[in-house]
Amino acid sequence: MKKNNFLHKHQKTLAPLLSLVLIILVTASITPGFLSIKIVDGHLFGSLLDILHRATPTALVALGMAVVIGTRGIDLSVGAVIAISGAVTAVLTVNTDFPVWLVVLCALGTGVVCGLWNGILVSVFNIQPIVATLILMVAGRGIAQMITEGQIVTFHSDVLDAIGNGYFLAFPIRVWIAIGMIVLTVLVMRKTALGLFIEAVGANVRASRLVGIEARLLVLSAYVFSGFCAAMSGIILAADIRGADANNAGLWLELDAILAVVLAGASLAGGRIYLLLTIVGVLIIQTLTTAILTSGLPAQYNLVVKATIILAVLLIQSPKTRQWLSGFFSKNKNAGKSSAGEASTDKRSAKP
Amino acid sequence: MSHLVKENVQVKDTLIVEEVQSAVRPLLEIKNLSKSFTGVQALNDVSLQIQQGEIRALLGENGAGKSTLIKVLTGVYPRDGGEILLDGSLINASDSGHAQRLGISTVYQEVNLIPTMSVMENLTLQHQEKTFGLISWKKAEIRARELLAQVGLEIDPLRQLDTYSIAIQQLVAIARALSTQAKMLILDEPTASLDSDEIKQLFDLMERLKSEGLGIIFVTHFLDQVYSITDSITVLRNGECIGTFKTAELTRSDLVSHMVGKSLEDLAPTAHDHSIKRERTELLQLNNVGKQRYLQPLDLSIAAGEIVGVAGLLGSGRTELCELAYGSVKPDQGEVTLGKHSLTKSSLRRAIQVGMGYCPEDRKQDGIVAELSVRENMILALQASKGWWSPISMAEQQNLVEEMIHRLAIKTPDMDKPIGELSGGNQQKVILARWLITHPALLILDEPTRGIDIGAHHEIIQIIKELCEQGMGLLVASSELEELVMFAHRVVVMKDHHKVSELHGDEVSEQAILRTIAS
Repeated sequence: MKKNNFLHKHQKTLAPLLSLVLIILVTASITPGFLSIKIVDGHLFGSLLDILHRATPTALVALGMAVVIGTRGIDLSVGAVIAISGAVTAVLTVNTDFPVWLVVLCALGTGVVCGLWNGILVSVFNIQPIVATLILMVAGRGIAQMITEGQIVTFHSDVLDAIGNGYFLAFPIRVWIAIGMIVLTVLVMRKTALGLFIEAVGANVRASRLVGIEARLLVLSAYVFSGFCAAMSGIILAADIRGADANNAGLWLELDAILAVVLAGASLAGGRIYLLLTIVGVLIIQTLTTAILTSGLPAQYNLVVKATIILAVLLIQSPKTRQWLSGFFSKNKNAGKSSAGEASTDKRSAKP
Repeated sequence: MSHLVKENVQVKDTLIVEEVQSAVRPLLEIKNLSKSFTGVQALNDVSLQIQQGEIRALLGENGAGKSTLIKVLTGVYPRDGGEILLDGSLINASDSGHAQRLGISTVYQEVNLIPTMSVMENLTLQHQEKTFGLISWKKAEIRARELLAQVGLEIDPLRQLDTYSIAIQQLVAIARALSTQAKMLILDEPTASLDSDEIKQLFDLMERLKSEGLGIIFVTHFLDQVYSITDSITVLRNGECIGTFKTAELTRSDLVSHMVGKSLEDLAPTAHDHSIKRERTELLQLNNVGKQRYLQPLDLSIAAGEIVGVAGLLGSGRTELCELAYGSVKPDQGEVTLGKHSLTKSSLRRAIQVGMGYCPEDRKQDGIVAELSVRENMILALQASKGWWSPISMAEQQNLVEEMIHRLAIKTPDMDKPIGELSGGNQQKVILARWLITHPALLILDEPTRGIDIGAHHEIIQIIKELCEQGMGLLVASSELEELVMFAHRVVVMKDHHKVSELHGDEVSEQAILRTIAS
């Protein structure tokens, strides 16, 4: 009974985690050596490490996306912001004598400005988030092209190389950066009241206003944060290929990010968000991509297979399915006694 | 057979004044209509008849069943039992469009037209004029002008609807309602957002439609309007038809008694202690506070340890007074002060910091954040006043919440359950607790006992009394007079969006309040 309660309480948390484990196990059974990790020169190598390595840009973007979705918004412009910050990184490295830290700071600053733009459109001018961020989604790549003057700008910098492909304590540096950012975000969201306010505003803006929470600044900062995360992601992607490709850097990444947030169990209607589970969602998506590529499946099947599996995960998580499943299980036991409502009334009536 | 049924109805409703011309076949006849929602009897055996050219007021307090009756009549809800006859033939509308084709058109309080379309498009939305199967906009415009002329409007049908005032939009909605050869017109609170000139325009139209033989059901909260336009009145209470009366023969005090279910004679003044025991230190002061089209300017003061009740019928301005006092709606004139702090222009956060609290009437929309937990909902106001950068530690949160769950006897399996899964009474207690942990000097409660069970109802009243004894000032708006009289030291009586009277000390009785409302 107790175990059942635990399962029920953490059902939402368990679903994405189990999906991830399942996908990894299935892939491992198809692709030999998928789980193996080798140590070469004190660095870890293997498919799983490769997944972590490749997941970092999406993870950073998804982090920002989760916060924005929590406010009942959405940020479609993150892919374009990646292109802009990549372009800024490349052009400043090539054309100026700026030290690397200043280049990175400028690139991050561009992301913040982009976020500010989105945030002002949404919270000051009350433009619907999907429309407001669509503007930068379209214009952003144009801006990036203007910065790079239509060329793919390649550069060389040891520090940026390290960010893109270097190792530290056996793990890729960019994975450490992402972990640092995730920990920082979780701390700020959960150890201050910021997360609570953002979720409250997203779930019920009227009730939040009546208890004195000003939505405007919160929403604005959510978009700024998302812009900042996208810029970080843009720097890593540019550092990875040692160049800025205004047309393709971070292309469609916004969709992967949104998907990751949804896989984590958040609703696009705002409210509760799950930061760590969002990262699990990112890993699910990246594992699938890597698994399909390493499984030797012809490349043209890639997208369809990926979409099918994600559809399956989402279906498993849908309230309808869960209702159906719990109905099925309780029928098997005894006339529907294992649902949450029943369990809690049991508890209550036992007290006095 | 049907004749027999009719006789039964007549006999049963002895309260009903003889129908004007019982020999004439009524335009609309509702027989023994019933409707229930999961355990709540929203309509119980309601019967009424409306003649051609009659304007009938449909009155009742919140939850009386007015909107359910309209929705059953127009097929929005299926009925559980009973018959509806229009022009002598049984009808069974499946949705409001069907009802309109049958001859029953409804215009709702919130204009349900499409604001971004032109007047013409709105008017011809349900039925397009066509030439060779294609929409003919020329014919549509002619048709639109005809319909507008019918309601006496001379406006450009090609202009976008929302460029016109709400009053004009309301008339356009009526024009559309009439476009399908309506026999019955239902107006559901059409005057709530209109000013007096606009109301007159609407009434002129109603008079004209009446002379053309239309039957009109008019739902409103304004008693003055009832007496100036309607021929007869049907009162509903708790889903039952209390009776149908000729407007000219029903006094206002009788009407109010029927609506609230208490007659003046029944109410012997009860012995409640309405005096304040302590020295008077003023807390909340409203100085000529008002807002156009919202609330007439009024004065009000509340002292520490005093409960001021706000009484009045639905739509009389109770909630408006609470909102202006709290500051969630900003007045366009007058001054609000709490203690020595002027709050006229300050933010809600500031108001909360200096000691305001407000439990809104609409718990679901304005109170709870349904998917957040009991704990999070409870600390929300305190945390908001502290700001996000100074979080309340988890241990402290748990202490505060634990204490409140115990003190207010909130029934929840644990404090991390989403508040949306609790019962109404427990949700209300959590919202109350949300404010209590901010230690407010003044707490505003709008309908604190609405929609909660008897037990919780009693407990909340007990809590209100205790808070007052501890020196808190309270402003409590309620539609339940019995409840107000039990704890209020003073009662402000609202009517048609202004304060008509303030009853002090021993003057506070249900009888006195009813008399003031009716006067």
